[in-house]
Amino acid sequence: MNIKSQKDFFSGLMFMCVGVAFAWGASSYTIGNGARMGPGYFPLVLGILLAVLGGAITFKALVVETFDGDHIGAIAWKPLFFIILSNLIFGAAIGGLPSIGLPPLGLVVGIFLLTFVAANAGDEFKLKEVAILATLLAILSYAAFILLLNLQFPVWPAFIKA
Amino acid sequence: MDLFANLSLGFGVAFTAQNLMYAFVGCLLGTLIGVLPGIGPLATIAMLLPATYALPPVAALIMLAGIYYGAQYGGSTTAILVNLPGESSSVVTVIDGYQMARNGRAGPALAAAGLGSFFAGCVGTLILAAFAAPLTELAFKFGPAEYFSLMILGLIGAVVLASGSLLKAVAMIVLGLLMGMVGTDVNSGVARFSFDIPELTDGIGFIVIAMGVFGYGEIISNLSKHESERKVFTASVTGLMPTREDFKNMVPAVLRGTALGSLLGILPGGGAVMAAFAAYTIEKKTKLRPGEVPFGKGNIRGVAAPESANNAGSQTSFIPLLTLGIPPNAVMALMVGAMTIHNIQPGPQVMTNNPELFWGLIASMWIGNLMLVILNLPLIGIWIKLLSVPYRWLYPSIVLFCAIGVYSTNNNTFDIWMVGLFGVIGYLFIKLGAEPAPLLLGFILGPMMEEYLRRALLLSRGDWSVFVTRPISAGLLAAAVLLLVVVLMPSVKAKREEAFVED
Repeated sequence: MNIKSQKDFFSGLMFMCVGVAFAWGASSYTIGNGARMGPGYFPLVLGILLAVLGGAITFKALVVETFDGDHIGAIAWKPLFFIILSNLIFGAAIGGLPSIGLPPLGLVVGIFLLTFVAANAGDEFKLKEVAILATLLAILSYAAFILLLNLQFPVWPAFIKA
Repeated sequence: MDLFANLSLGFGVAFTAQNLMYAFVGCLLGTLIGVLPGIGPLATIAMLLPATYALPPVAALIMLAGIYYGAQYGGSTTAILVNLPGESSSVVTVIDGYQMARNGRAGPALAAAGLGSFFAGCVGTLILAAFAAPLTELAFKFGPAEYFSLMILGLIGAVVLASGSLLKAVAMIVLGLLMGMVGTDVNSGVARFSFDIPELTDGIGFIVIAMGVFGYGEIISNLSKHESERKVFTASVTGLMPTREDFKNMVPAVLRGTALGSLLGILPGGGAVMAAFAAYTIEKKTKLRPGEVPFGKGNIRGVAAPESANNAGSQTSFIPLLTLGIPPNAVMALMVGAMTIHNIQPGPQVMTNNPELFWGLIASMWIGNLMLVILNLPLIGIWIKLLSVPYRWLYPSIVLFCAIGVYSTNNNTFDIWMVGLFGVIGYLFIKLGAEPAPLLLGFILGPMMEEYLRRALLLSRGDWSVFVTRPISAGLLAAAVLLLVVVLMPSVKAKREEAFVED
């Protein structure tokens, strides 16, 4: 049996797995009955429903002919990696990572790190341009979020303040 | 008349210097972000939401409404100039709008979109004001069973009117509902699906999902496309005002679009997208005047009608939200989230307990529409300049603003880890061709639905027939079934698929 629609086939599988996982998780809470629903009742019903829907989508993907096979196509690993990484690094810079003893580096350092890492996700990386962009963003964010909106951020690295 | 007393109360609230300024800032920011290619209204609102945290509730809502209109208008600008619809409802605007831009008539196209939207916005606001009071009366008659059925109808409506595969859209809604289950159960106090992570006992933040899926997911997907696919017509925007001939063509199109949009917008499920499609189809069916440009080649009616329909629809889609507390679409779901942050529980009680807020918001909607025209038509040159900013400068800024916005919601880095996770999930959805907007709607409605289902069945002692024996509830469910049947009819199904094919 051939897969007629790749996108539908795999999204159906995803829905099935997630549905089963939720239903299985829900079964560990009190289910109760219709009149007195426990915390597990609604998620269990929804989980089963999702798994059934996923099954139907997968089945359809195997049976119904599509025009071009609905290929998923190549996964853009590079942007995926750098965008998510830049986000995580920014988080680490704001909050620090106590588990490895990294102190909070603050907003300004965080912005520079984020910009430099995120810029790798695109087609070209020009150092000078990225440096200017990062500086601009840092000044802008400081003015907008710290001075104007008064948001609570550590601005400078913790060890400088101390 | 009550209506005028109420409206004057509203304008009294909205016409303070402070609130006018917030409406202005909202419109400006909304357009500024919304005009950037690849950022739809959803992502714009999610990104700008933190800017309203520090404001008093009325001002915050007024600013949010401004952001919403600005984002929508910015989206149409991008659609016309870059051939890149920021959201599904401007997909049809692209067809003729982009062709007009290619023929050097971007100015009139933008003006037609702006003026048409303004007119539609005015009508929509009036309808909203007129219908709000009687609908609120009705809402007080609603018991838990009616609310549950209404939500079912709303969710079904949302999938029917959404683009793409019906089954997948339903599955995405259910997935959203399930994600809404994460966190402490209000009745039993059990922390569900929280994996012993303290932050998860409060549930997943809707901003985290919105920014991760709509912000990061979109960026990653945009970056995988090549730059050459986007071409901006900036140099060719010269005259802004449409000619007399243009106006003659435009006016009836705007009227038809507005009527259609107002009607479809009220329906649960939020018909802004469907309204735009339907308006375009109707224009295409009406006969061309002698000497008129054919559709698909840059006909001004093809811009004016869907844009008016879209705006009228988005205006009247506030009706179910404000009167019943039920968000008809993903953008309104975000609004619910925003309101809860400001300690306002959307629903019929807002109007009675908090009339200043309610009518002030409605008045400010009209002001927001007016501001868009005043602000955007003269400033169009600046927005166009923004469009030519290369994407490689834009996307790091977007990533940054998302990260800052997410962090500032709770001042907790856990949210930043979560938004990263949802970025990956969002990209996965795009790759699998699963439309994420229904997910957000389901996510917001999930806890509400469970609560109403629980109460309804508690009152009926576990008897499920309560949903079909109470007349209003039965009617709502019948409407939902009818909608599904109509969509699944072979002839309609083929038409629907045809209408949503993007090329």
